[in-house]
Amino acid sequence: MSASENVAIPATIPQAVPVRRGMPAWQVALVVLGGLVVAIAPAFVLESFPLFQLTMAVIMGLAVLGLNMVTGFNGQISLGHGAFFALGAYATAILMSHLDWSFWATLPVSAAVCGLVGYGIGFPALRLGGLYLALTTFSLAVAVPQILKHKSIEDWTGGVQGLFLVKPDAPAWMPGGLSADQWMYFVAIGVSGVCFLLCWNLIRGRIGRALMATRDHPTAAEAMGMDTATLKTRAFAVSAMVTGIAGSLSAVAVEFVAPDSFSLMVSITLFVGMVVGGVASILGSLFGGLFVLFVPNIAEAISKAAPGVIYGILLIAFLFILPDGFAGLLRRIAARLRGRG
Amino acid sequence: MDGFAHQIIAGIATGGIYASVALALVMIYQATHHVNFAQGEMATLSTFIAWSMVEAGIPYWLAFLGTVVVSFIIGVLVERLLMRPVQNAPVLTHVGVFIGLLLIVGNMTGWIFGYTTKVFPSPFASSGPLMGGLVSAHELGSTAVTLVVLILVFLFFRYTSLGLAMRAAAYNPRSARLVGIRVGWMLALGWGLAAAIGAVAGMMVAPVVFLDPTMMTGILLYAFAGALIGGIDNPLGAVIGGFAVGVLENLAGAYVVGTELKLTVALAIIIGVLVVRPSGLLGRVVTSRV
Repeated sequence: MSASENVAIPATIPQAVPVRRGMPAWQVALVVLGGLVVAIAPAFVLESFPLFQLTMAVIMGLAVLGLNMVTGFNGQISLGHGAFFALGAYATAILMSHLDWSFWATLPVSAAVCGLVGYGIGFPALRLGGLYLALTTFSLAVAVPQILKHKSIEDWTGGVQGLFLVKPDAPAWMPGGLSADQWMYFVAIGVSGVCFLLCWNLIRGRIGRALMATRDHPTAAEAMGMDTATLKTRAFAVSAMVTGIAGSLSAVAVEFVAPDSFSLMVSITLFVGMVVGGVASILGSLFGGLFVLFVPNIAEAISKAAPGVIYGILLIAFLFILPDGFAGLLRRIAARLRGRG
Repeated sequence: MDGFAHQIIAGIATGGIYASVALALVMIYQATHHVNFAQGEMATLSTFIAWSMVEAGIPYWLAFLGTVVVSFIIGVLVERLLMRPVQNAPVLTHVGVFIGLLLIVGNMTGWIFGYTTKVFPSPFASSGPLMGGLVSAHELGSTAVTLVVLILVFLFFRYTSLGLAMRAAAYNPRSARLVGIRVGWMLALGWGLAAAIGAVAGMMVAPVVFLDPTMMTGILLYAFAGALIGGIDNPLGAVIGGFAVGVLENLAGAYVVGTELKLTVALAIIIGVLVVRPSGLLGRVVTSRV
């Protein structure tokens, strides 16, 4: 179909394409360099608490990215990603505090555990369409603190008291004597950066298109020869893995894990972050992370209950007014600017 | 053995509460094909409204009636203002609105009424334990209330023209509209009824668990499980399922997993039912054309 259109109106098609693809190499380099400067500068500009907050925002952004992989791109609604966040955090905390592993060594283990569990949960999820999956994962999120507190695993999890751990110090080869907070920030943006790149790569390729096709029209996708069941379970695994890595990062950044910090609210926060940042948007996940970290802080100044209320109002407002979130808003602004220029 | 009997009867009593919340969930599902995640929070808000009426000196049953009416209006308003604009949006949007509603209602309740636990009165005089100490008057009374509500719902759907119209609107909106049923209002009515039933459930549960803004979270989960066991589209099934879950929860709590994992039991039931028999015991098996 498009081929015949190409023949019929050859002048219009080539015009539209080069605008995006034809960015010269020096421009790409400039954007990348600018991005790096923006990413690195805060470590040397900010005081330690704001820097910690920014670290957490990046980590939350990564967790939202995980949720986005399965809910945004694959259309399986999960309200229970707090469970994977908790799993990752606990995997790292247990390995670090009981077995004295270094943080870096715990990352692959935590990723593997979360990926496996996510894969396992992906199977019942296959049978549950839309609302039912949301419902099941919702109950998973509610049950998480209880499971973590249970007596049979208390020796490992530390029960209600939780576990304390210590941030890794900056390695000796790093110049300039970085503080632990600065180093933690670099670890967070480094790990998140790699995950964002990998996810972006996954989404823009064949698998990403298959995931979205499965979301948009499962029957058609199947008819085209896609193995939708495999795609869905693997999407769940990848998603759980990414969110679990974010959980690991948060455990060391906060230096503490406890059952009550993984309540239903974590899962809801991730969901809000995804909707506000932009459903099915890689970059939007980062906006989502910034949003869920900084907005509640501002709102908390008003009242203890205010963050929840403001979350709720903004969530509904976004769904009504900007269903594609911040990322969609930026995209629209960019499109308008390009159209004018 | 006596202990076992007691566990079962106590299970039936708590099951009555799950049954009424499950009934509210099924109401909304029947009318709109939605599962309202905010049902628990809405019921809690209703209970707080009842509490402030009782505190203000209004007699219990008058406050009860007033709360049911106010909750009905809240339910209708929520449907009109929040659900209607996104009627044709994808499921993700609906889930988002439910979660937003849960956050707003839950936190507003805490904001207005505070987070301290309050004692909620029971309308059933505590004349000492009944049936050989197996049940309290309140347990018996709340179970009776649940059954009365169930019968009312059944009669409403089965024998009134409004009930018939609501069923038609849910079953086949297009044909219903063609014969002159105002489908939009039927949905709003469904939400209103569900909110009213939720309010009754809240007022029945509050004397047992004490009143605080988060009292319904666990109960909502059990109600989900109950509704799923019975079949999400069948009111009678929801009530049976609710009772069954109450008994199961009590038995599992007493003999298998202990009280710390009660919510996990609900999770296991939900997953089990959805995987093994998604339509529930009494639900219709739905096949869809592609």
